[in-house]
Amino acid sequence: MAGADLELVGITKRFPGFTAIENLDLVIPAGSFFALLGPSGCGKTTTLRLVAGLEDPTAGRILIGGKDVTQTKPFQRPVNTVFQSYALFPHMTVLENVAFGLRRRRVSDPIAKAHDALRLVELDHLAARRPQQLSGGQQQRVALARAVVNEPALLLLDEPLGALDLKLRRQMQLELKTIQTEVGLTFVHVTHDQEEAMTMADTVAVMNRGRIEQLGAPEELYELPKTAFVANFLGQSNLFTGEVIESAGDTIAVDVAGSRIVVPKSRAARHSGTVTVGVRPEKLSLLTTRPASTAAQNVIGAGRVIDVSFSGVSTQYIVEIPALGSMIVFAQNMVFGPVVDRGAEVWLSWTVDHGFGLEDLPDATAEQSPDDLQPLHATHTGSAAAGSTKISA
Amino acid sequence: MAITAFTGVATSTDASPRRKKSWVALVLLLPGLLYLVLFFIVPLVSLVITSLQVPSPTAFGQYDTAFNWQTYGVVISTYGTQILRSFLYALLATIFALLFSYPLAYFIGVKVRRYPILQGLMLVLVIAPFFISFLLRTLAWKAILSDDGVVVGGLKALSLMGSQDHLTGTPVAVVFGLTYNFIPFMCLPLYTTLERLDVRYLEASNDLYAGTFETFRKVILPLSLPGIVSGTLLTFIPATGDYVNASSEFLGGASSTMVGNVIQSNFLVQLNYPVAAALSIILMAIILVIVSLYVKRSGTDDLV
Amino acid sequence: MKPRFGFGRWLLPFYSLLALVFLLIPIVYTIVFSFNNSLKTNIAWRGFTLDNWLHVCDEPGVCDAFGNSILIGVVATVVATTLGTMIAIALVRYRFRFRAATNLLIFLPLATPEVVLGAGLAAQFLTAGVPKGITTVIIAHIMFCVSFVVVTVKARVSSLDPALEEAGRDLYGSPSQVFLRVTFPLLLPGILAAALLAFSLSFDDFIITYFNSGSIQTFPTYIYTAATRGIPPQANVIASAVFLLAIIIVVSTQVSGELRRKRLARMTVGS
Repeated sequence: MAGADLELVGITKRFPGFTAIENLDLVIPAGSFFALLGPSGCGKTTTLRLVAGLEDPTAGRILIGGKDVTQTKPFQRPVNTVFQSYALFPHMTVLENVAFGLRRRRVSDPIAKAHDALRLVELDHLAARRPQQLSGGQQQRVALARAVVNEPALLLLDEPLGALDLKLRRQMQLELKTIQTEVGLTFVHVTHDQEEAMTMADTVAVMNRGRIEQLGAPEELYELPKTAFVANFLGQSNLFTGEVIESAGDTIAVDVAGSRIVVPKSRAARHSGTVTVGVRPEKLSLLTTRPASTAAQNVIGAGRVIDVSFSGVSTQYIVEIPALGSMIVFAQNMVFGPVVDRGAEVWLSWTVDHGFGLEDLPDATAEQSPDDLQPLHATHTGSAAAGSTKISA
Repeated sequence: MAITAFTGVATSTDASPRRKKSWVALVLLLPGLLYLVLFFIVPLVSLVITSLQVPSPTAFGQYDTAFNWQTYGVVISTYGTQILRSFLYALLATIFALLFSYPLAYFIGVKVRRYPILQGLMLVLVIAPFFISFLLRTLAWKAILSDDGVVVGGLKALSLMGSQDHLTGTPVAVVFGLTYNFIPFMCLPLYTTLERLDVRYLEASNDLYAGTFETFRKVILPLSLPGIVSGTLLTFIPATGDYVNASSEFLGGASSTMVGNVIQSNFLVQLNYPVAAALSIILMAIILVIVSLYVKRSGTDDLV
Repeated sequence: MKPRFGFGRWLLPFYSLLALVFLLIPIVYTIVFSFNNSLKTNIAWRGFTLDNWLHVCDEPGVCDAFGNSILIGVVATVVATTLGTMIAIALVRYRFRFRAATNLLIFLPLATPEVVLGAGLAAQFLTAGVPKGITTVIIAHIMFCVSFVVVTVKARVSSLDPALEEAGRDLYGSPSQVFLRVTFPLLLPGILAAALLAFSLSFDDFIITYFNSGSIQTFPTYIYTAATRGIPPQANVIASAVFLLAIIIVVSTQVSGELRRKRLARMTVGS
């Protein structure tokens, strides 16, 4: 079975007191590895639960392989879920857990098939154990085997790696990807980890406040974010807001507090009025002398380095530029140690072709931070947010 | 409040204790254990001794120490019916109480989980019978089920009962009374395990093609087994030895006498201590055998 | 989220409602008949009166029996709670030989029918020549309450994070200070619950009491003996009053606990 298309048509989900998903349209083609990425409370887990049938939509339709399943119960849908908590039945062995779905559907030879699935995740030697006797990573793989063994049209993964430590998570990301290629099922993966989404998925949808902000291949989302939220949630960005002062040929020029920043028209969503443009930190060059300005380069400065943090592969510099604010620069460590020290006077430059222009302005989503742990989040949205995390996260 | 006490019986697991000064443990344990030895173990021993005594030739109600094993034989042949009846009634009451309580406990423990105040109030209603005298509520049922009460009147009007039939004084009334009186003991342990039941297991089961009934049979029921075990024990054991419901002043009659009634009347009315003691020992021995078999069997998880 | 894992959307709530009503029938009956303007026996409804509530102790014996029950309940609760709490702490926090035997000794009284417990103690008092009376009843009540206290408090001790006591020791607390200032306050809710349980078990016990009470009357034995000639409505008054008091205590602790939790949740979210 090669999986099937998933189609969400005008899906809205309201809980008492707040709206989790607002008029969502989404098509996930068969055989793809699709990631729903967003901060907690953005509606991504609710979306998954709607597809699984564990929640009913307030409005809209859900189609799997062209068939409307909106009214069917979870056990009637050709969908399986790898739960965030794994939800492995504690009163059954690993083998019985994996065979559970097969037995319910009266599939012939459930035990042999369950063993096959366990071999796929390299855990067949632990078939007789209880889930409680396994490590977190092993439980995760059993949960995967229990879902995959049913050969569902859609496999839903709800933050499946959230409980694992970093190293194991990286390893499981690769394994999941391999297994997806091997079994050829449609995977829908929910995560708040942007790196995980980009490593694994061939299509990523960034969700925020019950809407999809942008959808596309990981590189596309990263290199050409459409909104300030995407620019900040998927990696980091330096953003500048100002008036378009020139629109000639292939480029527009933006005046940002006296600095002139040029962006290709093809990479800017809007070409007039007040716009926000940006550039990724690793695209910036750190210069200790003012460079000669050319048409192909943007230059800002001078500024002062206010923080230097070394992280092995690269060093992150924070540069304070008067009237523009703090800029982040990532520089690969080609030599030993940082190239400049704190307090140094520097200029920043980047190739015009690396810039991008957003559809919106950053202020509207300024409070949205990619880090879930910020306590700010709870205070701003009040009780509705508390409710949403309880139900949908 | 009483909840933990009831589930603890079968499910309590000890946290791994750390090595400490053992004299402290001794000081903590000794008074209580000594008390239990003195007023629980020693009485059991004196029951055994009493059961072997023979009547004193000189005075009524006086007995001399002896090794009169025959009492046991006499007791079994005389009161075998009452012993069997006690276990049958207790078994029926346990089954009815389980069937009655499980849906209720499931509703309170799982469905009402999102409304803690409502859940708390419903739980209070379940244990409310605890707070009113056991004897008075049984007498209340006697009045309600009496020949001129509404239940009998209604059943007779519907021709479900003959005009000469009664409810009180029959085995039906006794089993009914036992069931009613032990429902809170059944409900509470069930509630405690169901309250902890993780609904994500139910979602996983539903996701894996199990419908409502199969989810109940394959997931909910096995996961609530500890509650079922302690609930049934807490109902079955006291129900077997109960003599209030079966006594003729309450819901019973001559045809529904239980072993508790026999022990009570032999001990307190006829002053026939050896017979009462022998019956007590037999009752306790049978219960211990049943309980240990039952706990062992249900411990293997393959009960269902 | 939605009633999908149930026995139908409305069936279960409806059943539960009926079940609760069924459980309350004899309670309502008892309370209603405490207002019955009856003569000697309180069986047929003869009109509403408050006399029974205003003159509870007019009926000879009722109040004495009630007083005895309170006295026995209080003494048995205090002693059983003390003994049981000590055992519970020892069982969870210390390692010693005869652990299994101790656990068995705690469990056995719970697995013994009351009629056997009652007859056993009565046989022992008979053999030892101890006259039956209020003391023998108290001894009996302590015995069957201890196990319940142990089980209740043990659950609380097990759920207690040992790190809290370690933190107490780390912050210069001597063993006795740690017990008084950390362990005991944390165990208190469990101990109180156990005490309440012990009191209600003692107050309502009939079977064991009847074997060991001799000529003294507790509230349950009073009702048992009165059952043959008819229960005076004053007995209903006392039972109803105790019931209402218990319900008020339980409901108010539950509601206030829930409100406190809600307030706490609001504070932690808002900060």
